Amino acid sequence: MQFVASVVGWLTDPTHWQGIDGIPNRVGEHLWLSGLSVLLATLLAALPGVWLGHRGRGEFLAINVTNLGRALPSMALLAFALPVSIALGLGLGFWPTLFAVVPLGIPPILTNSYTAVRGVDRDVVEAARGMGLSEWQVLGAIELPIALPLILAGVRNATVAIIATATLGALVAGGGLGRYIVDGLALQDYQRLCVGALLVALLAILAEVAFGALERATAMPDARGATARARPATP
Amino acid sequence: MTPGEPLLRWDWILDHLGEIGERLSQHLLLTLLAVGIGALLSFGLSIWTLRRPGAYAPVTWIAGVLYTIPSLALFALLVPITGLSVLTAEIGLVSYTLLILIRAIVGGVRGVPADVREAAEGLGYTGRQSLWQIELPLALPVIVAGVRIAVVTTIGLVTVTALIGQGGLGYFILQGIQRFFSTALIVGAVLSVALAVLADAALVLLQRRLTPWLRTGR
Repeated sequence: MQFVASVVGWLTDPTHWQGIDGIPNRVGEHLWLSGLSVLLATLLAALPGVWLGHRGRGEFLAINVTNLGRALPSMALLAFALPVSIALGLGLGFWPTLFAVVPLGIPPILTNSYTAVRGVDRDVVEAARGMGLSEWQVLGAIELPIALPLILAGVRNATVAIIATATLGALVAGGGLGRYIVDGLALQDYQRLCVGALLVALLAILAEVAFGALERATAMPDARGATARARPATP
Repeated sequence: MTPGEPLLRWDWILDHLGEIGERLSQHLLLTLLAVGIGALLSFGLSIWTLRRPGAYAPVTWIAGVLYTIPSLALFALLVPITGLSVLTAEIGLVSYTLLILIRAIVGGVRGVPADVREAAEGLGYTGRQSLWQIELPLALPVIVAGVRIAVVTTIGLVTVTALIGQGGLGYFILQGIQRFFSTALIVGAVLSVALAVLADAALVLLQRRLTPWLRTGR
């Protein structure tokens, strides 16, 4: 109980809410790095995933890239990203962390985009083609809207993994909430450690909840809802 | 990374073969312990939720929250309670296997075709006999697929426990990062990836031995 009180004390200390090492700045750094990484991973993964799914090609690659991604531990990714960043003259901190977390986000988005577009009912796609829609219209008006919730599920998994792993950036002198955890461990300052851990966990859970809501909002009405609305029209 | 220093110093590797072997076996031990305990817990919880379907949603919800908490954050939260110990590492590692394994076991058993279940019932199998002798063996491919994911994920997460004084091969990665020593960094990273790939391949072979009926026609 005493420890919980001391964590609350640390959290409510106004000096911990200002400056470079203040909570707002660290949360901001964490969100900026994670947001940019999710955006990059989505661009790099969703476009090829959707295209391969549309053409029905490259199934082996699109499915197995996820297993490969799992075998690459985040610490190992950071280990590989550090020499690359230094060789490119980009130094420590932000860039090696970015190089480490973007590859982590690619596999779930690629696999989900492929599976989502590939899984769209072929009859629906053929019907759209039969009505004279061009390939781009089929992709944009039929396949993408139906596939969107599943693609977003991939982005959600990637986001949670990226928020979690961006923490490790503190090992290579990066900012973000990992600073509190790594410094807290080094200084045996357990209040700092706990605040960092709680805030990262909170960010990850918030991202999960927000994407969950987005997925539900973009979901097509289910078969029952569709027939219920269609019924009055049929004699 | 230090100027004049080669990317990989073979003499350092040869000098440290003993330590590399030790860290490798520690890595394997931490993984086996985590997946072993995780499998026992998941198995118990899965059997329970299969008998009471209402329990499945809350069980997977809790396992899902545990799975969402970033690994480093979970380890860090445990440090004030259980210290920089194997116990801290194992609590974290086990909790990440639960969601993967419970989903695989329950999903595998529920995926057994209803006519198979009815045939077993018609032959006079009790619910328990049907579960152990018919449904679980048929669910093996799905269960092993879950175990593969759990093992590969855990091997990756073990490297993170280097920060709380464990880590297996992650120790070399951390040393490499902290001292700008690329040889240790590469040794740790390459070996942990190799371990994950080998463990995955070993489980594929094991699954083929366990499910000979799937091999026909190949």
